[in-house]
Amino acid sequence: MRPSAPTPGTQPWFPLDERPACCVPKPFIDVEQLSLHYGQKPAFHNVTLSINQGCITALAGPSGCGKTSFLTSLNRLTDLIPGCRLSGRIHLDGLNVLDSHTDVIHLRRRVGMIFQKPNPFPLSIRKNLEFPLREHGLRDREQIAITIETGLRDVGLWDEVKDRLNSPALALSGGQQQRLCMARALMLSPEVLLMDEPCSALDPLSSGVVEDLIVGLRGRYTVLIVTHNLAQARRIADYAALFWIQNGAGQLIEAGTAKQIFEAPREPLTTAYVSGMRG
Amino acid sequence: MVKTMARNLDGRELLALALVWSAATLVTATFCWLFGDILWHGLSHISWTFLTAPPRNAGREGGIGPILVSTALILGVCLSVSVPIGVGTAILLAEFTTDASLFGRLTRRSLDVLSGVPSIVFGLFGNAFFCKTLGLGFSILSGGLTLACMVLPILIRSTEEGFRAVPTGYRLSAAALGLSRTTTLVHLLFPAAVPGLLVGLVLGVGRAIAETAALIFTSGYVDRMPESLLDSGRALSIHIFDLSMNVPGGDPNAYASTLVLVVLLLAINGTASWLAERWLHQRIVTV
Ligand SMILES: Nc1ncnc2c1ncn2[C@@H]1O[C@H](COP(=O)(O)OP(=O)(O)O)[C@@H](O)[C@H]1O
Ligand SMILES: [Mg+2]
Repeated sequence: MRPSAPTPGTQPWFPLDERPACCVPKPFIDVEQLSLHYGQKPAFHNVTLSINQGCITALAGPSGCGKTSFLTSLNRLTDLIPGCRLSGRIHLDGLNVLDSHTDVIHLRRRVGMIFQKPNPFPLSIRKNLEFPLREHGLRDREQIAITIETGLRDVGLWDEVKDRLNSPALALSGGQQQRLCMARALMLSPEVLLMDEPCSALDPLSSGVVEDLIVGLRGRYTVLIVTHNLAQARRIADYAALFWIQNGAGQLIEAGTAKQIFEAPREPLTTAYVSGMRG
Repeated sequence: MVKTMARNLDGRELLALALVWSAATLVTATFCWLFGDILWHGLSHISWTFLTAPPRNAGREGGIGPILVSTALILGVCLSVSVPIGVGTAILLAEFTTDASLFGRLTRRSLDVLSGVPSIVFGLFGNAFFCKTLGLGFSILSGGLTLACMVLPILIRSTEEGFRAVPTGYRLSAAALGLSRTTTLVHLLFPAAVPGLLVGLVLGVGRAIAETAALIFTSGYVDRMPESLLDSGRALSIHIFDLSMNVPGGDPNAYASTLVLVVLLLAINGTASWLAERWLHQRIVTV
């Protein structure tokens, strides 16, 4: 195996030392011994992980190791999948997420999600944003218009779409669609934002735009982002965690500050992964 | 054309080609002959009077006014019962049961069996249940309800397909936004499933409007103008059947009535595809 840590100074875009000073190292989501099964098949096993408030935590690992499944268990989207079983504990700011009495609608309002494939509804741009707002009780037309404009400005989409709010969202480019989805999620003022490889379906330019937006979320939202792109994880993450498939199920191999994971990994698998030898 | 191609073909391919061509020709020719025959014999009898006047002399003379009214009423009863039940069941099957669940399996199996049942069986069932047990007698109501039982399987299956064709991504992203299941269903899934519903409607109405066997025993033969849903009423298809089988000299009007039926079917088909197109356009492209 090669020496693990990258030579200092070779990556000038790598200001890991400044992180995670930008965020409060205060656990917001506590996951304990979480396991998930699809029918009899385990997706991941015994994951224990704390996610800090206001920080960006990156999840990495090879395909099929349960990253998406892990994200969807945090907002209980797993409820929608027949035969999907969760065991273990998730606490979100004191709320017992997996309790059957937990109001999932309220939970999902607090925990927004962005999917790998941009998925605006087959409606107009305006309706895409207005529909969830109305459902969450915002009725005032003027208020809705203001919220929509602010939401679109926040993701840098306003100038691009302000003249065609009534045209179909599906006619936007992939990057625009993904930013629309971000606006749609952020407008509901969630506390946590789960992002499942938000840039992997985008071209490099749009990917860069979305990445900058994510960086801008630091401090305001607790962000958990799955990414295959290690360079991206290095650029944006405060914390990082590595998943791997072992004994037929995803496992959490190592978690820590981004600096530690990328510069001084403890586990041999992490060492190999961050040096680009595996995964 | 065929000849020039044939030069490079060996015997087996030539045979296959000939078979395919003759099959295609046969199908097309049959349709053209059928439609041409109906047009040829029927068109000259069609007039405003024919469409509105009551039949006289057992249908040899006069028109089909009351028969069109009865047909419309029977269809109306059929649709107003089958559409709500059909859509409800389709939603239940597509959104609230899994392929593996006992309820879903039982319902789907029953529907598949039902859609294969010959219509005469529905007719006898309708006669026993609606006419006798429920005491509705030979009436438009009995006929419409019997047709509803008959078209339900088609309606449910194609509406269900409509719901299943909606990408799972919509359900997930709606749920992730904290939208309730009902909202998602009403505002996202249902509109997306409407084309499937329309396809089911066309198939169902097509089957219902052309139905004879199921109506003979339920809505009856009476060719007077119906005064209520409890009156017996003669459907168009029964009128055609009666004129061509039981009434000597009834052929001209049978042809004319058949032409009306065929045109109605084509019109319903056309309207439904136009509606589906328009609906998609409105929901997805311009709104
Ligand atoms: N809806 C599902 N039903 C059954 N198995 C699933 C489902 N979703 C994912 N899986 C399985 O769970 C494992 C983890 O998948 P996933 O969470 O998507 O991994 P990742 O996002 O890391 O690629 C995979 O083996 C996948 O096949
Ligand atoms: Mg994934």
